[in-house]
Amino acid sequence: MGERVLTVEDLRVDIPVAAGMLHPVQGVTFHVDRGETVCIVGESGCGKSLTALAIMDLLPRSAKRTAMRLELQDQTLDGVAEARMADIRGNRMAMIFQEPMTSLNPAYTIGNQLEEAILRHKPVSRKDARKRAVHLLGRVGITAAEQRLRQYPHQLSGGLRQRVMIAMALMCGPALIVADEPTTALDVTIQAQILHLLAELQREFHMGLVLITHDLGIVARIATRVVVMYAGEVVETGPVDEIFRAPRHPYTQGLLACIPVPGKTRRGERLGVIPGMVPSLVGEMPYCHFASRCPIVIDECRAAPVPLTSEGGRGRRVRCIRAADVAAGALQAAGTAA
Amino acid sequence: MLAYSLKRLGVALLVALTVSLITFSMIYISGDPALAIAGEGARQQDVENIRRFYGFDRPIYVQYLDWLWSALHGDLGRSYNLRQPVADVIFQRLPTTMLLGACAITFALVLAIPLGVLAAVKPNSIFDRVSLTLAVIGQAMPSFWFALTLILWFGVYWRLLPITGQDSWWNFVMPSIALGYYVTPAVMRLTRAGMLEVLSSDYIRTARAKGLKPMRVLFKHALRNAIIPVVALAAVQFGFMLGGSIVIETIFQINGLGYLAWESIQRKDLPMMQAIVLVLSIIYVLITFLADMLNAFLDPRIRVA
Ligand SMILES: Nc1ncnc2c1ncn2[C@@H]1O[C@H](COP(=O)(O)OP(=O)(O)OP(=O)(O)O)[C@@H](O)[C@H]1O
Ligand SMILES: [Mg+2]
Repeated sequence: MGERVLTVEDLRVDIPVAAGMLHPVQGVTFHVDRGETVCIVGESGCGKSLTALAIMDLLPRSAKRTAMRLELQDQTLDGVAEARMADIRGNRMAMIFQEPMTSLNPAYTIGNQLEEAILRHKPVSRKDARKRAVHLLGRVGITAAEQRLRQYPHQLSGGLRQRVMIAMALMCGPALIVADEPTTALDVTIQAQILHLLAELQREFHMGLVLITHDLGIVARIATRVVVMYAGEVVETGPVDEIFRAPRHPYTQGLLACIPVPGKTRRGERLGVIPGMVPSLVGEMPYCHFASRCPIVIDECRAAPVPLTSEGGRGRRVRCIRAADVAAGALQAAGTAA
Repeated sequence: MLAYSLKRLGVALLVALTVSLITFSMIYISGDPALAIAGEGARQQDVENIRRFYGFDRPIYVQYLDWLWSALHGDLGRSYNLRQPVADVIFQRLPTTMLLGACAITFALVLAIPLGVLAAVKPNSIFDRVSLTLAVIGQAMPSFWFALTLILWFGVYWRLLPITGQDSWWNFVMPSIALGYYVTPAVMRLTRAGMLEVLSSDYIRTARAKGLKPMRVLFKHALRNAIIPVVALAAVQFGFMLGGSIVIETIFQINGLGYLAWESIQRKDLPMMQAIVLVLSIIYVLITFLADMLNAFLDPRIRVA
């Protein structure tokens, strides 16, 4: 395995809200090596974005972050002063956001915003900064880069703006890129292009990539490993092929059942949906978070918190006391019995 | 950008033309101007002579065009009282008023914008609440009362500043504060609101994600966008201040247009009043135009509109 780029261990985020203390991220653990793409998947509201923001230290002001370990390469990010953190952000790790339409400052040219990133962190001249901007714009597939640099964000389409955001993230040659649903806001036709571009650049620059996405088809194609989140927790993680071939958590199985399979899923047939609702994350929940929706729930599931345990080799981990039964087809049995 | 500028310029000219029409008609608002000049109880023959002398007997549109033509050539008529061309008097007094206005608006902006930014950076803090309270008090306080309070403390009790006249820069301190203070609350609150909105926007998060220093995020990325509505407000407030200078210049006895307006009103010097209104309105139109240009510079999206 390559160099460890990101280590996240027992990451927690707490946000005080009117109803009490919200725990949107509860003990998230994963890591990214150089050259790896780690995809975080899970339903809306399960804490994916907050996990990403917590890694970047960009959480909303009211949110509190704690972690056993949070490291970028050999540098701890936990308890680091904001000034030091600002030296790392945009330099050794960069983030790409969901909303390309609003993520660029309307008052400044593309060139200004691209060059600013590198002028802040590296001892380069304006001319060299411009050169790098032109080079990277070309690299992310923007033609006539010189002219584009002089344009303002409102003159660019959403797809182009997201390409600009990607180029901006690459300006300082970061070891890690965190991309939070970078294509959700874009046209379906452009989504695949952008994601493939990201995957390609990740390989070319040999970076670590954390990609948050809803698109399991993309996960299957570009992920090295997958982190499945549910209600603030990691419920299953492991190499992508294993997760897709033999999911061990009932939630992962449910999620995969939701993917339409060409040829197999008949037109007009209802896709699998996981019945029930995500539990409230306000206050403590000292037992399996998925219990209320799990088709194979047993009394023990509600007795105590379920740890994330290693399942076999290759870094496979599952948070389910019935993981072995799931692997053996307990869900299908439950499905036919019902 | 050029198309936008020309469009704004066109609008400005139209407004200026409208203003000139309104100002011209001021003469007739108070009734028969010939009678007004001749005075109550004048003989019919004298009134008729005056009417003919000043050309009030001609058709109204001829009078307007004639007046406009002269005004464009710098001839705004003769003062009834001072017996000299109105334009000469006005352009002699104008620099003083503009200086006062510039000092006042500078004072207001220099005070209000940083306060607004600070209040937005720490919303609902003690600082935010105190400045909000001051803002509310500021807007509720009549300017003449505030001016007199200033005079009382700084001029009479502490003897720190001269009370009247315009011999030195010190003379302008109190009038500028008295005139400008009224503008600070609105500017402060708009800056605060704008900053609050901008600071929670996605591109500020992007700027932070780039690792930019907090000051740079605040002033390069946030203030530039938050200040755009403030520019328009400042232009409008500058207009109010020109009006407010009548009170302030009179109180502090500063020989500007405001004071001149006060004297002219008292002496029913119609050409003078008319010209003052015209000049101040044109200045206001000009300032608004400049504010539009500044905003187009600040926000590239405006330029294409
Ligand atoms: N600033 C905030 N204040 C309070 N609660 C928040 C805040 N930001 C997020 N949350 C809550 O935290 C939970 C997790 O949010 P998060 O944005 O991480 O979800 P997500 O997994 O990214 O969802 P999506 O797929 O919709 O983007 C949600 O229930 C959300 O309502
Ligand atoms: Mg999200």
